[in-house]
Amino acid sequence: MGAPQLPTPGINGTGLEQQSPAGGASNDPAADMIQLLGPDGKLGTDPIFSDYAKRLDPEQLRGFYADMAKVRRFDQEATALQRQGELALWVPLTGQEAAQIGSGRATQRQDYIFPTYREHGVALTRHVDLAELLKLFRGISNGGWDPTENNFHLYTLVLAAQTLHSVGYAMGIQRDQKLAEAHGSNDPKAAVVAYFGDGASSEGDVHESMVFAASYNAPVVFFCQNNHWAISVPTEVQTKVPLFNRAKGYGFPGIRVDGNDVIAVHAVTEWALEHAREGRGPVLIEAYTYRVGAHTTADDPTKYRESAEEISWRGKDPLDRLEKYLRSEGLADDAFFEQVRVDGDKLAAHVRSTTQSLQGPDIRESFAGVYAEPHPLVAEELAWFEEYSAGFEGAEAEGTGN
Amino acid sequence: MTTMTIAKAINEGLRATLTNNPKSLLMGEDIGPLGGVYRVTDGLVREFGADRVVDTPLAESGIVGTAIGLALRGYRPVCEIQFDGFVFPGFNQITTQLAKMHSRSGGKLTVPVVIRIPYGGGIGSIEHHSESPEALFAHTAGLRIITPSNAHDAYWMIQQAVDCTDPVIFFEPKRRYWLKGEVDTENPGPASDPFQAHVLREGSDATIVAYGPLVPVALAAAAAAEEDGRSIEVIDLRSISPIDFDTVTASVKKTGRLIVAHEAPTFGGIGGEISARISERAFLHLEAPVIRVGGFHMPYPVAKVEEDYLPDIDKILEALDHSLSY
Repeated sequence: MGAPQLPTPGINGTGLEQQSPAGGASNDPAADMIQLLGPDGKLGTDPIFSDYAKRLDPEQLRGFYADMAKVRRFDQEATALQRQGELALWVPLTGQEAAQIGSGRATQRQDYIFPTYREHGVALTRHVDLAELLKLFRGISNGGWDPTENNFHLYTLVLAAQTLHSVGYAMGIQRDQKLAEAHGSNDPKAAVVAYFGDGASSEGDVHESMVFAASYNAPVVFFCQNNHWAISVPTEVQTKVPLFNRAKGYGFPGIRVDGNDVIAVHAVTEWALEHAREGRGPVLIEAYTYRVGAHTTADDPTKYRESAEEISWRGKDPLDRLEKYLRSEGLADDAFFEQVRVDGDKLAAHVRSTTQSLQGPDIRESFAGVYAEPHPLVAEELAWFEEYSAGFEGAEAEGTGN
Repeated sequence: MTTMTIAKAINEGLRATLTNNPKSLLMGEDIGPLGGVYRVTDGLVREFGADRVVDTPLAESGIVGTAIGLALRGYRPVCEIQFDGFVFPGFNQITTQLAKMHSRSGGKLTVPVVIRIPYGGGIGSIEHHSESPEALFAHTAGLRIITPSNAHDAYWMIQQAVDCTDPVIFFEPKRRYWLKGEVDTENPGPASDPFQAHVLREGSDATIVAYGPLVPVALAAAAAAEEDGRSIEVIDLRSISPIDFDTVTASVKKTGRLIVAHEAPTFGGIGGEISARISERAFLHLEAPVIRVGGFHMPYPVAKVEEDYLPDIDKILEALDHSLSY
């Protein structure tokens, strides 16, 4: 693929600009984008991915909608909890529901997921209790759930670090499967999904993870949610070429999918996971979407982007288009949407009451977690802390501790 | 008992690990057919195959980051970093991910990764090939740091590092790779606990604490001092995190004087930590301030002047004189 772009000996450089990937890239994001369900709610076709969409039954389609609505409601509740002082920070996902629910629902039980820190929708599809996600943001835990229960790893806040963990985990799967096949096992094959964003795509770890994944043909799907903004910096600063094109440079397939089209995201991710599980190597998916809200509750998007842009993306809303489709095809009625609303409120109430009841842990748990095996310095400092704390016990009883 | 070099002892230790633990695997740059730039993994890929002795792309963050993923899947990866000065592209993965994974998961996850790093100077090499960055790792909770000074310890400590459930940074004294010693491959003997310091030489006038490449230097300085009628105790620290303060404290309570020697710069270093702890634990037993012998506050100098930079017998003797005449 790259050979025709290389300058031949004696070339003076004229015309190279047009041949370079940057110069040659289409400015129309839709040109190379897989889309099945348009903003108008009409289902289009694709020579490869329509077959995947056809596998979906009405129950699954309604499930897509229910999950997207649920996680959006959850997002509202978490934002409110932060505004009310119950959380230190919140990282909203509104706008990215289709990218997350579509990809998360394409994973199977045996797959392993490495999220970044905004994948609340994926967490929902992996059956993580969403209230547990809030422990991190309430300052109660740096994790919050048991990653081995649902094969959904802890959030990673150092951007892109988890992309390497994903590839290493996938290398472990390869070794396990080789051994299992030698023993005639018929266990379902597994793959890994590595989530990251357009901002993190600039991190060196993403590059290294793709190099390693390609070299070892690791069963990993790199799922990049291009939500257009890395806090205040637009994607154009991170990349001069469409992000999915980078896969070519590593030697594996890259696909751009309409990240607000849950049906296409699901189809593309299913294809990529099958590709990876069958031993055909990694895939990069760029889900072209938009962070409709702020980066976090500490952010102010009015300082760096036009509201017209937000309004234009609200017109491509992932829930609206699926609702239109479900209604026009007669796959869901008012009662269904009302039930979704009721379920969302129920989830929000559960999250609120659970969060409010979450008390700060004892610092002794922090001492206990530093090392897996006994450690003399930690033991000594804990003993000091116990003695120091005990010195206050009498004072508190006398009411002088105030 | 077999006589072998430290490099060979680590090689044999890794061979034993790969044989005994099917989940263990090695990964690093040039560790396959070449056997590593110091040949520490010589012959292992032939014996165990490319799935267990993995030549990686040239990327240290990639090596450590994928090792973390393998550990999360249940494997026990042993990473080789080619030289001390090249660990820093992997520093983020080591300090923000590897060191914290157990803690941030509330103890649910373990990441038993070993990172082997040849360290220290004295080999006349070029920039970034002679550094001693151990204090940077010792300051990070969640890591364990050990360093052998002889072949027997090297053989056992590398296996103990792989067996440890916590991540271990395994610093190899590169200028001692060819130092020969007796190895008992049947019985670790006193080497059964890798986190315990060893008193290598008993004495009553002063204590020298050293580790890794400076242990032979400390022993030579003690022997030279003996000719002047001084009885010097020498402790091989072996573990830099945690530090076996009980052994050091007991020695200082006996001798009243302490010299700590390491190649790393003294400022903000392990010697300062030992000095502070000993002043807290044995203040009234000290006859003189704890004296550090180490590198200067400068980037590791060019090879032609490294002799002036590195702690040697004379510098340690000078510190002993200062302590004994205080």
